[in-house]
Amino acid sequence: MPDLPKRKVGLIACSGEELPEGTVTRRAVRKVLETLRPEDTVTLCLPLFLAGGEGERAFAKHYPTIAVDGCDKRCAARATEEYSAKPVASIVVTDIAKECGCGEIGTARRLNDGGLKLADKVAGKIAEETDRQLKKPGRAGKAPGGKR
Amino acid sequence: MNAARRKIPVAACSGIGKSLGAAAREAAYILTEDLLPEKTKVVALSLLVMGDEAARREVEGGEAVAIDGCKLECAAKGLTCSGASNVHKVAIFDVVRRHRGLKPEGVCDLNEDGLKLARAAAEEAAKIVDDLGEEGGHA
Repeated sequence: MPDLPKRKVGLIACSGEELPEGTVTRRAVRKVLETLRPEDTVTLCLPLFLAGGEGERAFAKHYPTIAVDGCDKRCAARATEEYSAKPVASIVVTDIAKECGCGEIGTARRLNDGGLKLADKVAGKIAEETDRQLKKPGRAGKAPGGKR
Repeated sequence: MNAARRKIPVAACSGIGKSLGAAAREAAYILTEDLLPEKTKVVALSLLVMGDEAARREVEGGEAVAIDGCKLECAAKGLTCSGASNVHKVAIFDVVRRHRGLKPEGVCDLNEDGLKLARAAAEEAAKIVDDLGEEGGHA
């Protein structure tokens, strides 16, 4: 039996530098990668799709990806679809912000407590979606929490 | 013609996997918010990559500054593809060589050395922008 690579989910954050929601995408994705689902996820760099990152493009063609966007322009979702394959899920921070009532979230450079709380919420959604893709529903309830 | 001077667009690496990418992002904020807020402004690399018209208008035909975290130079490529006439590059991986004692760590929260590296890169970028002003370049 060949040693097949472990199935992982690729996370693509828009990282939008002009909006605090872009910073939320980075923090949420890093939290999933470092704390919530380190064994099950990798991050992909969005601008590398354009710059010719063959590794990023190939991964997104063959593995499930979750796009995490700060606003409804959905750059991460559209770039992934354009250069590789449609993401299995698309999460938009502004949608989650409406649900969570976090209020002001700070600036793109420095999130405030509301922004950190929102990032935790988004990280929880990403972890839930990761579990769904990897068919590990039992862990979905453990998503939020852990260190910031 | 005395057109209003537009701010020089600054694009930073969106790298999310390494500290040098995070330092590039922080450097862009130091440059545009602390050092030269009247002359520079951040543009989102993801918008440029996706061809957003408003973002492209900020960049087309003018000088621009790219602050990149790795040799793939995504920010510089994004600016070039968006029509910048002249892209001035600041490479964090070169800046760190000039400041050998620094050991940047962290992505969302850079450590003290990461913040020092970001400031050093921002100061190099500010020098470039100031020199452009002396040449009467960006208008």
